[in-house]
Amino acid sequence: MLRYVLRRLVMLVGIVFIISVGSFYLIHLLPGDPATVILGTGASPANRAILYKQLGLNKPIIEQYFVWIGNVLHGNLGTSFISQTSVASTIRAAYPIDLELIFLSQVLAFAAAIPLAMRSARKPNGLLDRLLSAGSFTLLSIPPFIVIVLLVLIVSIKLGIANTGPSSFVSFASNWRVNLTSLALPSITLATASFVLYFRVLRSDMIATLQEEFITMARSKGLSQRRIMWRHAFRPSSVALLGTAGVNIGGLLAGGFVVQYLLGIPGLGYTLISAIASSDYLLVQGIVLVVSVGVVLINFFFDFLTSLVDPRISRE
Amino acid sequence: MSDLLDQSPGIEPLREQRLGPLFWICVGWLTLNVLGAIFANVLPLVNPLYQNYIVINAGPSLHHLFGTDDLGRDILSRVVFGSRVSLAVGSGAMLIGFGIGMPLGMLAAYRRGRLDSILTAVMYVLLAFPAIIAVIAVISFWTPRTLVKIIVVIGLASVPLVYRVIRSATLAVATKDYVTAAKVQGSTDRRILFRELLPNIAPIAVSFLLIGVATVVTLEGALAFLGLSVNPPTPSWGNMINESRTVMAQNPWLVIFPSLALCLFLLCLNFIGDRLRSYFDVTEVKL
Repeated sequence: MLRYVLRRLVMLVGIVFIISVGSFYLIHLLPGDPATVILGTGASPANRAILYKQLGLNKPIIEQYFVWIGNVLHGNLGTSFISQTSVASTIRAAYPIDLELIFLSQVLAFAAAIPLAMRSARKPNGLLDRLLSAGSFTLLSIPPFIVIVLLVLIVSIKLGIANTGPSSFVSFASNWRVNLTSLALPSITLATASFVLYFRVLRSDMIATLQEEFITMARSKGLSQRRIMWRHAFRPSSVALLGTAGVNIGGLLAGGFVVQYLLGIPGLGYTLISAIASSDYLLVQGIVLVVSVGVVLINFFFDFLTSLVDPRISRE
Repeated sequence: MSDLLDQSPGIEPLREQRLGPLFWICVGWLTLNVLGAIFANVLPLVNPLYQNYIVINAGPSLHHLFGTDDLGRDILSRVVFGSRVSLAVGSGAMLIGFGIGMPLGMLAAYRRGRLDSILTAVMYVLLAFPAIIAVIAVISFWTPRTLVKIIVVIGLASVPLVYRVIRSATLAVATKDYVTAAKVQGSTDRRILFRELLPNIAPIAVSFLLIGVATVVTLEGALAFLGLSVNPPTPSWGNMINESRTVMAQNPWLVIFPSLALCLFLLCLNFIGDRLRSYFDVTEVKL
């Protein structure tokens, strides 16, 4: 177990290192002199000097990386030359919204997927199973950006709660009611995509599990249906579910970008897309770095969780 | 007791015997889409960029079957021309992904040894990357955005995934007796790769290819929706949906037709991919 975690930890460090190199190099994908592109042609020499110091632009590229990563490790992701605020503080203000959105959507998705998948798996090819399977297959082909647009079209325009813009967004702490109302449609949208995934994985895994001998054994012992389903069948099948949830985080974030963009919710996604639109490259770079590392960390955490639930994985 | 018997196994036919009529309807719809995209110039359609200010935000009518948008452009024509972007990105990116990932995956699984362990380790690290964020990052910095750049970036991002699927598919085949027999007979590596392995992993490759195209088309749609794909006024399904956001309440057709086109396209791809997979019974290899 310890060896497994250590091995994954070494890999994690390697991946984070590669992400940092990739994020660093983004600036050099810009056409021409990075300082001119980032600051615009009419930049003051003072600003140029700050940027050169921040990015170490007058040094060879390998040294530049160490200058940059040194700053990053001290929590300094640079200052946006468009909004004049530090990138780190912008990110710090935005990321809780993404976490809340992900949390809400996952609660909804699991609450719907687990009972329905277990129901479906009890009578495969039964009426309920056929309906749910066909329904989830159809939903699989409707991308989140269409789901949210349709939801807005149907629900919020009728109710008059369309895009109110990022400035009117209220945090959960200051007014939870308004906060949850504005996050309802986005959470449902993200939950739909996750639901499809979780339902399909859990259903097929449960069908396989229910054919195992220990289930027949439990049945012949006369255990109640409920106990068999939850204690004997769901527990082994939940491993596959956990694994899927971990892998799903990346897609969930991208879906989050789309809903935030449409509804003007000022999370990382909205901030990222606005930063791209206004060529605020340092902010884009900072968000890319933080989000990528975040996804990798969450994946690592889920891997660890899965190995706790199913110790066989760590022994492989 | 009856409850017990009720739930006994023997469910889910392992192998579908027929492809079914729905399969062929999907194939037909996809063919229609492809033909429409290729021959969009020749078809009797209004120029998708032509702005007819006399009919703005009109609903469906005989003159404009899908109606017109806020600039008086014909929606039907824009939907047909918009399919070009989706199809180009879907097929182009998968061409790159399979072009690089498939030979690498087959070679790694066939040769094994050091080549395999190095390649697999590299791909594993790349897979841990959140690909979508990497794609957005590269596309936003690598300005100016063009269709070719988008295809290249998404194509390269798909390589590790293709590699993994093809490698595990080839691994399952490479240990079969007929491959050993071919080796014993003194067949060249090239012959074994092309004549023994390739035909046997083809069903998996094709069904993964279709699902891959669907994924890529979805990704391009999302990018276009975020304003990160081809620039307007060139129509694409994603940017049509994006542009209609502001006038959605007055003219819902503007959202509905491109959304419908995209969803039907994805549904057909997913359905064909899924059906082929169960038809060829390739469940042993996890896709």
